[in-house]
Parts: sequence; C-alpha cells; structure tokens
Amino acid sequence: MDQSRIRNFSIIAHIDHGKSTLADRLLERTGAISERDMRAQLLDEMDLERERGITIKANAVRIDYEAQDGFEYQLNIIDTPGHVDFSYEVSRSLEACEGALLLVDASQGVEAQTLANAYMAIESGLEVIPVVNKIDLPAADPDAVAEELVGILGGSVDDVVRVSAKAGTGIEELLEVVIEKLPEPQGKVDSPLRALVFDSYYDTYRGVVALVRVVDGVMREGDVIRLMASGEDLVVAEVGVRRPAIEPTGRLGAGEAGYVITGVKDIDLIRVGDTVTHAENPAVDALAGYAEPKPMVFSGLFPTDGDDFERLREALDKLRLNDSSLVYTPETSRALGFGFRVGFLGLLHMEIVRERLEREYDLDLVATAPSVEYVANLADGTSSVVQSPQDLPDAAIRQSIEEPYVKVMIITPAEYIGTVMELVQSKRGEMGEMNYLSTERVELHYLMPLSEIVFDFFDLLKSRTRGYASMDYEPDSYRESDLVRVDILLNSQTVDAFSTIVHRDRANTYGKLMVKKLRELIPRQLFDVPIQAAIGSRIISRETVKAKRKDVTAKCYGGDITRKRKLLERQKEGKKRMKMVGSVEVPQEAFVAALKIGDD
Amino acid sequence: MTESPDAARSSTPGNGRVDLPRRSEFRADDRGLADAAGSWKSAYIHIPFCSHRCPYCDFAIVDESQANEVDRQRYVDAVISEIAMEDPFGSLDSVNFGGGTPSLLTSDQLEQILNALKGRFTLTTGVEISIEVNPEDMDQRAIEGLVGRGFTRLSIGAQSFDGQVLGVLGREHGVGVAQDVAVEARSAGFESVGIDLIYGHPSESARSWRATVEQAIALPVDHISTYALTVERGTTLSRDVLAGAPAPDPDDQADRYEMFCDLAGNAGFARYEVSNHARPGHVCVYNLSTWSHGEYLGFGLGAHDHRRGERSRNHQRLDRYLEDIEGGIRPRIGSETLSVSDQERDRFMLGVRLAAGVALTPFATAFASSERGKRLIDAGIVDIESDRLVVTHPMLTDAVAREALSVSVGDC
Ligand SMILES: Nc1nc2c(ncn2[C@@H]2O[C@H](COP(=O)(O)OP(=O)(O)OP(=O)(O)O)[C@@H](O)[C@H]2O)c(=O)[nH]1
Ligand code: SF4
Ligand SMILES: [Mg+2]
Repeated sequence: MDQSRIRNFSIIAHIDHGKSTLADRLLERTGAISERDMRAQLLDEMDLERERGITIKANAVRIDYEAQDGFEYQLNIIDTPGHVDFSYEVSRSLEACEGALLLVDASQGVEAQTLANAYMAIESGLEVIPVVNKIDLPAADPDAVAEELVGILGGSVDDVVRVSAKAGTGIEELLEVVIEKLPEPQGKVDSPLRALVFDSYYDTYRGVVALVRVVDGVMREGDVIRLMASGEDLVVAEVGVRRPAIEPTGRLGAGEAGYVITGVKDIDLIRVGDTVTHAENPAVDALAGYAEPKPMVFSGLFPTDGDDFERLREALDKLRLNDSSLVYTPETSRALGFGFRVGFLGLLHMEIVRERLEREYDLDLVATAPSVEYVANLADGTSSVVQSPQDLPDAAIRQSIEEPYVKVMIITPAEYIGTVMELVQSKRGEMGEMNYLSTERVELHYLMPLSEIVFDFFDLLKSRTRGYASMDYEPDSYRESDLVRVDILLNSQTVDAFSTIVHRDRANTYGKLMVKKLRELIPRQLFDVPIQAAIGSRIISRETVKAKRKDVTAKCYGGDITRKRKLLERQKEGKKRMKMVGSVEVPQEAFVAALKIGDD
Repeated sequence: MTESPDAARSSTPGNGRVDLPRRSEFRADDRGLADAAGSWKSAYIHIPFCSHRCPYCDFAIVDESQANEVDRQRYVDAVISEIAMEDPFGSLDSVNFGGGTPSLLTSDQLEQILNALKGRFTLTTGVEISIEVNPEDMDQRAIEGLVGRGFTRLSIGAQSFDGQVLGVLGREHGVGVAQDVAVEARSAGFESVGIDLIYGHPSESARSWRATVEQAIALPVDHISTYALTVERGTTLSRDVLAGAPAPDPDDQADRYEMFCDLAGNAGFARYEVSNHARPGHVCVYNLSTWSHGEYLGFGLGAHDHRRGERSRNHQRLDRYLEDIEGGIRPRIGSETLSVSDQERDRFMLGVRLAAGVALTPFATAFASSERGKRLIDAGIVDIESDRLVVTHPMLTDAVAREALSVSVGDC
C-alpha cells in the first residue's frame, strides 16, 4: 500500500472519557463490523475489561476508509487504556503511530491523565488532534473544554473536533481531519526490513502472536526473519491484520501494522520492544525499542496449594508475554511457603494480574500486602534493595533507609485547593508549583513518598473533592526517611508475610489499626489467638481473637445423618481457602489487611 | 427372637445383636453401654402434623391449614402400608414417634401404627416406646391412653417456662401446662418422663433461663433435652434476622448451656449426649442408639433409614409420599451406600457427641495422632483416656467432627 494512504494513530485520554466507544464508532462507520457483531466497547475483549468497564490492554485494529477525496485509506488504530497504572501501554502504542486523538469528556474537562498522555504523545513527536467527546451530555461545556485544550496544545479553538462517540455525531468530520492532519508514515520501502514488536500475546494453538508495526521494507509469509535483540532467526508462518479478528494478508509493507505468527511457543524469543528484520540482508540499526517500565509496588503471590508453585511460574511466564510490565522473582515465606515477589505498576494492575492468573490459569492465590522498593544503607558502606519488608536488614547493621519519591500532579477545581493541600501534607508531601488551567481549575504539583500515595491516597483525594480531582504521578528520586518495620505476631510467632515498613511517626497508629483489622478478619478458632504488633522486640499493640465457645448443631431431623455430614463437609471446604499459619487459620484477605485499614 | 437380658452384659460391642440391659443400669458415661447401643435397632415414625409452623422450624411438617382429620387418617394408613412393605430388620429395641406433633394423633391411631410394627417386627423384651408431645394436647385421658397402649417414655415439648419466651418461640401452651402434664404423666405410670427445652433466643435473659431450668429440675422428670435455638434457612426467624433482628449469640448460648449443665448436674441429671441429660437409669434408648451409630428404620414423611452400609430417605412432600404408597411403591427418594471406612467415619462423627466418647478405632486413632488432632488434645478440647476419645467441651463437638473429617486416614 502506498504510504500516503496510510494513517496510524492511537486514541488517548483520561480514564472513561470514551476512547473505546469512539473506536466502536470508527469500526462501525468504516463497515469493519456488521451491525450484528457490534457491541459496546468492542475492543475491550478480555472478560475483566468487560466486567469492569475499563480498558486494560491496548488493542490494535485495522480499518479501511473511503475519504471524501475519493481515495481508500488504511487506518491502523490503537485503543489505549486511561488508568494511570497502564500508561506503559499508552507509551508503547504511541511508538507504533504518527498521530494521536486526544479525547476529553466535555462534561469533565482536562484531567490528570489527559495532560500526562498529551505530553507523552508530544514527546514522542506525534501529531495530536484534540477532540471533545460526549457533547450530547446535558452537563457538556464543549467551548470551555476546547479552551482548556488550546491552553495545552496551542492552536485555535476551531482545530478542536467535537464529537459524541455514543450518539455517533461528528465521526465523519473526525475521520476527515485524521486524513488531512495526520502525517503519513515515512518508511523506506526499499530499505532492509525493520518492524517494531509493540505487543504480543500467547495463543494456545498458534504460539506467540506478535503485533508489529513495519517501519521500513516489507515482510512476507515464508520470510526468514531475525529478532535483533534476541538474535533468533524464525520463519514467518503467517502475517496479517486484526479487524479485530485476525485476517492473513501474506505481506505487511512499510507503514503498515499487523500481526506475525512464527509458530514459536518459547515466549522468550519474541520480546516486546524488539526489532524484526530479515536474516538475509538484515538492517544495521535496531529501532529504539522500549524502556523497561519500572514497577511501583511489589507484593508476594503464593499458591494456596503449595503444589501449584510450578503452575504459577508457567502462568506468570505466559502472562508476561501479554503484559511486558510484569516482573517477578521467586520468594520464600515462612508463613506462606514458595511463591513469587511480583512487581506491579500500581494497585489496579496488581488486582488485575492476580485475577487474570486465577481465572485464565485456574490458580488459587494468596497475595500479601503491597510494598514499595526501599534501599537500606548498611553500616559497612554497602546498600541493599528491599522489595519485601521481611528482607529489611536488622536495625543493628543498618545506617539508614531510603524510599522512593514521586512527582505528583493533581488537577482539581480551585475551591478544593485547601483540602488537597491538607491531605498532601498529612501524607508527607512537599508543595511544588501550581498552574491555573482556567480560572476554576488548577494543576498542583507535589513531591511525595510513593508509599503514601500508592494505597488509599487516590480514594481519599476523590472523596474529599467530591470526585472532581484527578491525579497522575511519575518516579522522581530516592530519599532518606525515618522508617521502621512493624511486625505482626500471631500466637506469639512473627508472621513474615504481615511485616510492613512505615514511617516512625505513624508506626504506633498503624500497629493499632492493623491489629484491630486482623482481629476482625481472623475468625474465632478453638483457642485464643493473641495478635500483636511489634517494632523489633517492643510490642506496640495487642488484641485477642477469643476462642470459639459454641460450634454444634442440635439434633438431626428424622435421622438425617447424610445432611449433617454434608454440612460439616461444606464448612470444612470453606476452611480450605484459609492458610494455616502455625496453628492459626488465616483467611486470604487477612494478608492484604493493611490495604483495608482505611476502610472504616 | 429375644435373648435373655443377662446375655447383654457379657456381649462385646459390634459383635452381632446385643440385647437391652435392664434400664436401671443405664448410666450416662457408661462406655460399654454406649458401644453396645451401636448394635441396637430402632424404628422412628414421623408424624408431620402441627397446628402451625413455629418461627424457627424447618422440619418437614404440614400445618392445620394443609391437613384435616381425614388427611391424618389417610396418613396413618399410609404409614401402616409402608411398615408392611418394609424388608426384614430384626427385633426393635426402641420405637419413637417424633414430629411434627405426634400428639395430634389419637391414641387409637398411634395404636394402629404400633400394631402394624408388632405385626411386621419382633419387639425386644423391655422395648422402649416413646413419643414427643405438645403439652396443650395432653389431658389426663390422653396420658392414660398412651400408657395403656404400651408407651414407656413421654417427652414433653415444654421449651420454656417463661411466657414471654414461649411467645417469641410461637408456642401456644400457657406457662404451667407442661408442668401439669409432667406430674400427671409420672403418676400415670410412664417409666421415663422427659421435657424438652429450647434456649438462646435473643429475647431470653440469663435470669429467665435460670428460672426455667430451676423449674424443670424440680419437676418429677428424669430426662431433659436442651436445644440451642439455631437460625435455619427459609424460616421466619431467619428472615427476621436477615432483616436486622438480633441473631442468637453463640457466646450467650454457651453460657446458658454451662448454666444448665451445672444446675441439672447438681440435681442428679448427667449428660450422656450433647443435648441430653438423664437421671441414672433413664437414658433414652432411641437417642443413645442413634448417636452410637445404631440402625434404624424411618417411616413417614421425610424419614430416614439406616441399615448397616446404607442410608435412604423418604419423600419430603406429602402428596408424593401418599401417592407412592397408595400406588404400592416405597416412597424413597434417595439412598447412599457406605463403605466400611465411611461407616467408621460416621460412627466417629456421631459418637463424639456422647459423654462416653468413641472407641479408638483406626479412624479415631488416625485423627488423634494427626496435627489437627494433637492441637485439640493440647488445647484440652479432646481427651484420650483408656482407649477412648472424648470431647470435653460438648459445645465444640461439630468443630471436632469437622477437624476429623479434614484428616484422611492416610495422613498419620
Ligand atoms: N453520553 C455519552 N457517553 C459516552 C460517550 N462516549 C462514551 N460514553 C460513555 O462513557 C463511559 C466510558 O466509555 P469508554 O469508551 O469505556 O471509555 P474509555 O475512555 O475507553 O475508558 P478506559 O478505557 O477505561 O480509560 C461509557 O459508559 C460510555 O458509554 C458520549 O459521547 N456520550
Ligand atoms: S411443633 Fe415442632 S415440628 Fe411443629 S412446627 Fe413447631 S417446632 Fe416444628
Ligand atoms: Mg477503553
């Protein structure tokens, strides 16, 4: 295909501003999907995405569009997620495109991920088309929102396209703006092949399916290709495009995006970010690729049934193919046995990964409370990275502890500035700059410990600003802090999986709340279970789960022993989901009790 | 065929049929007796009629709006037919009429059923024939009618002696009625007279319960059954609780139970099973045998059979039950076959409810030496003494049974 007839773009926005719905309209308008097959947010293919109504994975699709100039255009569209945890998906998608549609909900205005994603697109050198969506809403204020967009991107209000993805208004105009404004790919057709692997997934029957954007040259079925980073040579079994069902095309030329299948099942051979070239006449320079995303939080994942450890490893390996941000190393816990320390981009990411592992790989897992990554400086001048509180070196040999700080951007209506500042201060934040987006809305910048924002900060921010504030953050630096480890003892035994690192000022409160929460979560057993919180050998709080005193049913109706036995067996099954820690039965949710402390 | 009573005492448990020892020798913690009771045989006759449904009850019953006198006779006839259809079983050591409300039948109807049983099976010499009655159904004539027809044991559904508690339990008899029935039953000549009590309704106070217990032990009765009120699914009580009414508190119930054991114990009633206390010589044959894994035949709506190695059950719906019988079919809806190890497990699950505990069978031994078992022994909840396993905290019996079910014999 002539590159002048190709447009590659991502749809980017703050969460829920309507990206996937807009993708629906584009698919519909171009006849890619029959009316019968159409359903809302069609590109949200995963069960989890549909259940939660959010996009988790970027999804690429090809459509054909006959423009008003009479030519047929090939559009490669990537619908991206809006949640801050998945911004790595956005950054990868942008590398496969020349342009981006920046969508803003006309009733909400510019929010934190609008800004973050816009800057990301501009830094990647993309042409950005501002689009105001949801103009059908009664609360929509398209003019004000267009002004805000001009404030960020420059240009004029007339450049802002107005659509309603839901009602389908403005779609035709938008497509014409895409054709007119977005640059065509500038690939060198006659140069050696260079294609970027921007995503991949594992298909049980066909092995690894890599999604690629061809930059230079052409890739055909039967070609022997080489992956420049891994050095592996493979034969192309099939190339084609996603519509979104896969459709073989026999070739992909410069400027085009599609998929390639080689039949390999070894997931390490084709890595996201690698460059595909030909084994014969290879390209000299690989494409830029991707920086590894940096995990923000770490948590232990353990199979409830110890025998499932190997299955968990395989599941993580396969999931990693579809989620290149996933990092993990084996971890051993006295309480929970063998598992993995897994790095996540945030709490939502953690939740999603855990659910995908449980559902897609039929595992039953216990997760431990997430922790950020600390650095412990030792008296002997060395230092060690601490991903798990249980690994924190002893206070005796420790000189100091450093913790990660992040740059936080908060966008809020001006009336909540005071509230937000108060909240930030209570979380050890330091004020940075403040910009007015308009007279009513401000952009606030802070430097904050990651550990303070990663758990309940966003919920607190939302509830204190009646849902109006939004936030984004990115890693900044490590700084020394006065931190201590709070241990939890059950029945006088330290349970490593419960240990947490907190600021010294908060240690007592944390210990009290945690012990109280655990008392609620741990069911009564046949004997008293003392729960204690301790810093070193000093006990800072204590509660007791009182022994159960009655656990017996009355007589059996009409001699129905079978029913009685079944009842006992059902109750027994319920107990199986508990983890035995020493002699105490601990429900799975207790291991993330630290996250629930703020609940009441 | 009936052997001489003396043979019983020399027989060993599990070794074929054992005859009933003399009643006066029954003692609550008699281990030989508890094991022997595992070979006793009983018949249970379910009488599903009640004047109305009590708010906590989920039994298979029909209330007066669903059944009239004609229906009752039809039911009695059906039970008689069912008895006639039953396979040979051996001789019966006890016959128990339960419900529902068996006292809603006339003495004649009860006699018809008893005659049918006598026609089909041998009754052991000294057989126990017992019936559960609601106090308001019992006048002197009715009481004498039962004695005259061979009933040896009467269980009076007193439930409480606190009028307010009776009200919330949906019971219709006035305070004092149950006491009168007990006194009359005693003088009418029953061998054993017992009363049933329910405790632990959220509106019952500790003081109210104490008063009820004190009145109960002062009566001329020799057996007391106590049941902790439980919230069963689908009952009015359960709906109320779901709607926010207070639920019975397990700790309060444990307190009430302990209070009862103290008071009743001092008055000469010994616990032989979690819910049953008796004076010496008045242990209930039917109860003891059921919990000792004895065999029984169940007749009537929703009744269950237990023949060694097999359990089966009848229809729970009256129309189905009657239809089957009147069509000449046994009204079964299901059965399960039990392997030898299943039977051992059941024997354990039931036997832990007995004050005498269970013998150290391979199943019990495997449990006692497992991690779970050891924890319970360490915690003083389970005791191993001279070849028996005994639960020392009766209120935790289900927890012990559950732990044991979690240990497979291979674990040790
Ligand atoms: N009224 C109205 N609602 C819209 C419009 N576009 C999207 N929505 C609704 O907004 C909600 C979010 O839409 P999505 O398309 O899932 O948003 P998204 O940006 O893809 O969300 P994430 O992928 O989770 O970031 C859905 O309930 C849509 O129906 C619109 O033009 N008008
Ligand atoms: S009398 Fe007994 S069987 Fe009848 S409804 Fe009341 S509790 Fe249930
Ligand atoms: Mg989406």
